[in-house]
Amino acid sequence: MIAKEELDRAFDSRFSKEMQEKLRNARVAVAGLGGLGSNIAVALARSGVGHMLLVDFDRVDTTNLNRQAYGISQLGKPKTQAILEVLAEINPYLDIRCSLTKVTEKNAIELFKEYPIVCEAFDKADQKAMLINTLLEKTSNTIIVSGNGMAGVGSCNDIKTVHKLGRLYICGDEKTDIEEGVGLMAPRVMVTAGHQANQVIRLILGLE
Amino acid sequence: MVKINGEEENVGGMTVEAYITSKGYDRTRIAVEINMDILPKCEYGSRILKDGDMVEVVSFVGGG
Repeated sequence: MIAKEELDRAFDSRFSKEMQEKLRNARVAVAGLGGLGSNIAVALARSGVGHMLLVDFDRVDTTNLNRQAYGISQLGKPKTQAILEVLAEINPYLDIRCSLTKVTEKNAIELFKEYPIVCEAFDKADQKAMLINTLLEKTSNTIIVSGNGMAGVGSCNDIKTVHKLGRLYICGDEKTDIEEGVGLMAPRVMVTAGHQANQVIRLILGLE
Repeated sequence: MVKINGEEENVGGMTVEAYITSKGYDRTRIAVEINMDILPKCEYGSRILKDGDMVEVVSFVGGG
């Protein structure tokens, strides 16, 4: 197997050592490992984010293949297991923990307490609101980066990152809703996941 | 006047609950911040909007 040092050296040297160190020491949780969460996890792993908690209760099925980071050979597996396999191919030396759990108002605080940045990557609007309200009400420091509005094939230029509330960043177009009969496709989901991952990296590096 | 999502609105004296209902928001799909603090769901019915309050209502849509 490729050595850790070799992978560390392969990191783009145009980014400073200090920056790499910040990423390596960072702790980020991803709530939901569907279209947003699986692609966020991949982007963060490629960027060298050292410690991640990845949470989902679901299994990979065929309807996921149009936008999620999984493959045919992973059908039927818990997404937590499938994402570990995907990330192991990118960097086997990251500290990645998984939890096969349905996030609720009751368990969210305990689950995410060691992670100062949480990506909200659920698909249902009420679940998004539940997690965000719970973390903003019951924690004092946790910052949330949420995906909100990425269905359909509208312009990707409508997808933005907005610092919405004190500790909440929203990525998406804030409008297109799957419940209005619009489906999800890889490009806009991946653009939104990219916005979320980039905002996480900015926060790790001390940018706004 | 109360500033809500950047717009001045003449809704002083209304509860948050009454305001969000009048605007057609689904309370299970929103988060509300007043003067930079998150407003717990259990306070929507009792928190009365006052002139000068700065309110942000974030509304979530499905998809992920």
